[in-house]
Amino acid sequence: MKAFVGEPRGRKKTAALPISNGDPRFEQLEIAMKRYQFRQDALIEVLHAAQKLFGFLDAPTLHFVAHRLKLPPSRVHGVATFYHLFTLTPRGRHTCVVCTGTACYVKSADALLNAVSRAAGIEDGQTTADGELTLRTVRCLEPCGIAPVAVLDGIVKGRETPESLLEQVKGWLPRGTDGSA
Amino acid sequence: MELTDLLDIAAKERQARPPHLIRCCTAAGCLSAGSAAVLDRLRGAVHDEGLTERVGVAAVGCMRLCCQGPLVRVDSPVASSGTEGVGMKEELYQRVTPDDAGSIVGGFNGGTVTANKGDLNSAFFQLQSSVILENSGRVEPERIETYIAAEGYQSLHRVLRNFTPAQVVEEITRSGLRGRGGAAYPTGVKWATVAKNPGEKKYVVCNADEGDPGAFMNRSVLESDPHRVLEGMAIAGYAIGANQGYIYVRGEYPLAVQRLHTAIAQAGRLGLLGSHIFSSPFDFRIDLRTGAGAFVCGEETALMASIMGQRGTPTPRPPYPAEHGLWGMPTLLNNVETYANVPTIIRRGADWFASIGTEKNKGTKVFCLTGKVVNTGLVEVPLGTPLRKIVHDIGGGAPDGGTIKAVQTGGPSGGCIPAELFDTPVEYDSLARLGSIMGSGGMIVLDDKNNMVDVARYFMQFCMDESCGKCVPCRAGTVQLHRLLTRILEGRAGAEDVQQLEALCDMVKHTSLCGLGQAAPNPTLSTLRFFRHEYEALLKPGSPAQRMGLPLVAPVSANRPR
Amino acid sequence: MSVVTLTINGQLVSARAGDTILTAAREAGIDIPTLCYVDGLSAHGGCRICLVEIAGSPRLQPACFMKVGEGMEVQTDTERLRGYRRTIVELLFAEGNHICSVCVANGACELQDMAITVGMDHDRFDYIHPNRQVDLSHDRFGIDHNRCILCTRCIRACDELEGAHTWDMAGRGSHSKVITDLNEPWGESQTCTSCGKCFMACPTGAIFQKGDTVAETDHPRAKLEFLVNAREKKQWNV
Repeated sequence: MKAFVGEPRGRKKTAALPISNGDPRFEQLEIAMKRYQFRQDALIEVLHAAQKLFGFLDAPTLHFVAHRLKLPPSRVHGVATFYHLFTLTPRGRHTCVVCTGTACYVKSADALLNAVSRAAGIEDGQTTADGELTLRTVRCLEPCGIAPVAVLDGIVKGRETPESLLEQVKGWLPRGTDGSA
Repeated sequence: MELTDLLDIAAKERQARPPHLIRCCTAAGCLSAGSAAVLDRLRGAVHDEGLTERVGVAAVGCMRLCCQGPLVRVDSPVASSGTEGVGMKEELYQRVTPDDAGSIVGGFNGGTVTANKGDLNSAFFQLQSSVILENSGRVEPERIETYIAAEGYQSLHRVLRNFTPAQVVEEITRSGLRGRGGAAYPTGVKWATVAKNPGEKKYVVCNADEGDPGAFMNRSVLESDPHRVLEGMAIAGYAIGANQGYIYVRGEYPLAVQRLHTAIAQAGRLGLLGSHIFSSPFDFRIDLRTGAGAFVCGEETALMASIMGQRGTPTPRPPYPAEHGLWGMPTLLNNVETYANVPTIIRRGADWFASIGTEKNKGTKVFCLTGKVVNTGLVEVPLGTPLRKIVHDIGGGAPDGGTIKAVQTGGPSGGCIPAELFDTPVEYDSLARLGSIMGSGGMIVLDDKNNMVDVARYFMQFCMDESCGKCVPCRAGTVQLHRLLTRILEGRAGAEDVQQLEALCDMVKHTSLCGLGQAAPNPTLSTLRFFRHEYEALLKPGSPAQRMGLPLVAPVSANRPR
Repeated sequence: MSVVTLTINGQLVSARAGDTILTAAREAGIDIPTLCYVDGLSAHGGCRICLVEIAGSPRLQPACFMKVGEGMEVQTDTERLRGYRRTIVELLFAEGNHICSVCVANGACELQDMAITVGMDHDRFDYIHPNRQVDLSHDRFGIDHNRCILCTRCIRACDELEGAHTWDMAGRGSHSKVITDLNEPWGESQTCTSCGKCFMACPTGAIFQKGDTVAETDHPRAKLEFLVNAREKKQWNV
């Protein structure tokens, strides 16, 4: 158990306005919000746009969205953490996504996942310490005809075996592991 | 836009079509098998061989036999037939590589075709129907002209000119169409309810949050024939008095999202969506909302919360969306496939539609056949078709000499139907009697290598991970059910654990807030019903204490010190 | 306002049309146990403790949500419902880390009271022992997530009565957690007005006042009621 222990009085009151630091991506995000007329019900679409721009949703980005859509920060955080496709931590340079849909499950997708997990030393949702590889699972990508399926840097690969998959991710694994583990 | 303009576009499109047509599948299944490169090569080769006048290349949608992708079909006119448009010869090529693609084109100049030929006369194709998928694999999803050439948007014109809203509702009611999302509620009754409920604004919502793993019927329709859904929604809007539609698409379907964006823009440009459609007083707009990875958003109240930019948690019903939906207004919610049926019902008539299927289950249904079966892909058959015909005839039975043990239908909310009951007709009610559901149409074939307790645990894990956390039975109950199933699977359980499993299944089923929780025990209950022996084989005899190796009564030592 | 007549546990009850079954029952002196429901806050429908049976309806319905109907026959205390309620409370105890003997709310806890009401003498389920945090960064209050039952009362009180919306739910399923702002330490919240309504609304010892020792906590529910009345009945508008 970890406890936050703050100063008893005079709590920090940092600037309520998120600072964009001149990052042009905030301007692009602003344009995306304008397209939805800053409507609060477009929050999920705006978060999609933000994640596309920044790669992930960090606190300054979420503060910015909350402020511009006039939503409570907790509401924005609540929505961002409800949906699986949003990530609040940066991803690795490469991603390996293993489909765990039913068609892949009956064709032993867990073997694919375990193989990469063991070789890279990370669990589902984690990124290797060197920031090279993120391992994720997805509910169902639906090219079930070619199950089991994995997605490597956005490219769907079908009819994988643990061996064929390891061969392809070998270059992304941390030094000292060769996938034979 | 008037009818004459529409017919004009259709005529132009048909005239511009070269006599030979190569159709290459560009739906997600074939794309992930490499059909983009195949399409490039086809187009390049047609150009290089100087065949552009004679041979056209079309980027079409799904052609059903997904396991053999990338699929390419070649339509050639047969010399003996004099009239235009009839007497086409079709050839299917499967697992086409870019090099094969070059050879297919080369074939028109007398070269040898090296591509693998598929059999269009096989049971897989011959036993299927084409209502919802009539244009799939034929029209180009990113070109509205091809949809118009296939009589698209004529049904919308017809209702706006010749039908009152009440007559549209009447036509849909008479067709006997039932909701294709899983609940099977009569579509006409739903439309009538929303039409009569008062509200200053009404909404039409299309549920395209196809979350069942192993089911991709909706994705296929959206990627292959998106305009059909837009047309169906516009007809629904006219029938219930709504001017705004929303399509809620799964975030995992980027291609469907992109094609819908394109389709909505194209329809808007031609005035088939927007203000004064076909110069009538009817306005209808459609906006897209993209999900972000939450199965529970397929539940209608959660879906509406998500459209409004909130956490996708359900709310108790009543009130139903038909009276209190989006922003408190009457809202019509239907599945992709339900809307996809509408233009055809209007075009061919309610009586024609009602002649397909069985007494209480009209029309056809698209299923996704996957798992341990030879032919995996999309299957459209009339409702009431026996399971055996789908799995063994169309699906081709088990691959590699395996034995099919069961079919899982309805995804995480459904159940497993054992092979000895494969004569069951696939209907809403007959599957419900077996403790399963048709759901949105996923069918996963399991063979004797699949342990049914493991299957039950797989689906329980799915429901546990996808529970929104709002209500206690689903949030905490699925966790405990998953633990119980794990304990049984790992051989650490006794008969009393199965009793507890059953009691907790009953409780979660009856006390959960929404459909996700209420149906979460279904895969467990149905495997308990038909495959109880697989559970019992894993149980250890005796009491928990005995299983842990503890003596029941502490032995009393004779010479215990006093 | 039109009046409807219904029976609750066989007793004839009249209620205003549009009232919930819970309101109608309580006005007639029939108690239906509730956990996530608080008078004056919007209904949540999440705890499922107040589920009732309605003749002719295949589904159990939450009394806090379901509106009364003419001729409705409601059962609130059947053998089956009692069984389900007990299971719900057991699931709640198994899900968090509830150790009454060292809890500030011991003796003043609605979860503890509910356990007694439903006759829970032991928990039949595995304790999950989740790894949850404690946030003591606020100068007046603290939150121990181990004791949180995710009833969202704090969220609703903060949003609907105080209007600050400091709290919300983050994550989902068994990973759900109430948060302040962007899951930042409560003490650093930009929106919190330190009004204490979340503390007043909390049914357990999850949100507590600093300085309370074990068994001294008394959630001033009366204060919350006072505020609700003041707002709804406009008692301050002379």
